[in-house]
Amino acid sequence: MTRDLMIETQALRKRFGDTQALDGLDLSAPAGSVLGVLGPNGAGKTTAVRVLTTLTRPDAGTAMIAGIDVVRDPAAVQRKIGVAAHDATVDEALTGCQNLVMIGRLSGLSGRAARARAGDLLEQFTLTEAAERPVKGYSGGMRRRLDLAAALVTHPPVLFLDEPTTGLDPTSRLRMWDVIRGLVADGTTLLLTTQYLDEADELADRIVVVDHGRAIAEGTAGELKSQTGGARLEVTLSEPDAQAADALEPHVSGSVSVSVDGLHLRAPVAGGDGLATTVVRALDQADITVEDVQVRPPSLDDVFLALTSPVAAHV
Amino acid sequence: MSSAIRDVWVLTWRNLLHLRREPARLSDATVQPVLFTLLFVYVLGAGMVLPGGGAYKQYAISGLLAMNLVTSAIGTAVGLADDLGTGVIDRFRTLAMWKPAVLVGRSVTDIATAALCGGFVVLTGLVIGWRPHAGVLSVAAGLGIFLVFSYALSWGVGCIGLLTRDAEASNGIGLVVLFPLAIVSNALVPTQHMPAILRVIADWNPVSAVTAASRKLLGNPNPSAGSHAWPMQHPVVAALLWSALLLAIFAPLATRIYRTRTAD
Repeated sequence: MTRDLMIETQALRKRFGDTQALDGLDLSAPAGSVLGVLGPNGAGKTTAVRVLTTLTRPDAGTAMIAGIDVVRDPAAVQRKIGVAAHDATVDEALTGCQNLVMIGRLSGLSGRAARARAGDLLEQFTLTEAAERPVKGYSGGMRRRLDLAAALVTHPPVLFLDEPTTGLDPTSRLRMWDVIRGLVADGTTLLLTTQYLDEADELADRIVVVDHGRAIAEGTAGELKSQTGGARLEVTLSEPDAQAADALEPHVSGSVSVSVDGLHLRAPVAGGDGLATTVVRALDQADITVEDVQVRPPSLDDVFLALTSPVAAHV
Repeated sequence: MSSAIRDVWVLTWRNLLHLRREPARLSDATVQPVLFTLLFVYVLGAGMVLPGGGAYKQYAISGLLAMNLVTSAIGTAVGLADDLGTGVIDRFRTLAMWKPAVLVGRSVTDIATAALCGGFVVLTGLVIGWRPHAGVLSVAAGLGIFLVFSYALSWGVGCIGLLTRDAEASNGIGLVVLFPLAIVSNALVPTQHMPAILRVIADWNPVSAVTAASRKLLGNPNPSAGSHAWPMQHPVVAALLWSALLLAIFAPLATRIYRTRTAD
């Protein structure tokens, strides 16, 4: 069953001083898939990536890349992987081109092959113009793209991107997403960590939500959304009305919360067709003027909050 | 093995690119040797009488080679500390490369800067009238022995950079360790007039051995030959033994520190 898994960890544990960074983490990604590892700061995402990329030794558990144990044979694992970390690991004093050539040479390419590969990657990541400039002067987005290019020098079948868009402006972020989608189309197995739900939703086939070093939920974006129950009704009134909450009560599945200005009402609903119509009719009969009615499916943000913070889930 | 050599070469190339990008870093190996040579020969040398005779200028060049090479060895510590402070080491660690190449490449870079530094001392010496009095091979050995010693020493100094992981701290600690090492020796002042304890330390200082060996091979005045300490009687052997000892201790130690400092 595990034959086709390119990335697999079992009961991975790692402790740093007082912090249990990984507390029995299980992850798996079949060949050609994109696994999104989603979690807040300090959840253990980076530690998991560091273990899988041979940078950190786990205290217990196993981690395998393409069936190779990362602790027992790190050199063989290193030939399969590419890594782009969130603190860009390129040489600031070298030019973009020199960085890629250096990595190509250190990965076993001949001088000529390394230069050719560097040229291709610089073009692919629209860095050709900046190729001969020291990385020191690159923007955040350019640096990330170079870091990603560095990860791809050897055409690795397994790729790790640790928070590839953290700290990027929205335009650079969208551009990075396009780049990542392009990689996935090539059949690369990708593990991507992120703090952003929309990013996981957008890029990953499967999402694992990690908190305190453990996987607390797993599934497709759709499955995760349905795990936290139904949709949410949001009503906006033209003017505040004390009767509005009572009028909604029979049609919702929980208590109705009213905003301070009395204009916005929210409540969980079981869903179902025609709910919006029913609600508008009920409010109309109570002589309440409605500005807007929406039935929203749960966002991944709701899921995330519900899963990672037990307090928020019950508010 | 060939891939190990390639990795060392690639990282040496990378370190040399760093130096080209920041020429100020090279001042230890370019401006300093010229300045020190002129200052020591004309200021300190003005009042110096050598036991056994000879001009201070002829005596001083080997000592200035020692002084400059020992103090510029701080560059190793600073370079390694810089590397460890940046993410690029993590990049190297995820590549299927020969991992010690990071250290060996650094030490090879230091040979290149040491040669540059020594070249400036020798050139300045020639300009102001210093001359060796020995055959070509002997002169080559008299200068080459400094490269051997510098290479061994760079592994020791490298340990400072690996331990501090901070360029500024490495510079400070390096100076505190290396400056006395260079001064409490026969490099710039004959040991004959030192207080007894200092004289024993100076006669057994590896810097004295390599300096005396160089003076002997270059055919320059070598007052240390009058000392009864074993290294001063056999300076060439002593210099080579010291170099071998430094290398045998610090190369494995640096590799070990590097491994523990980069693993977690």
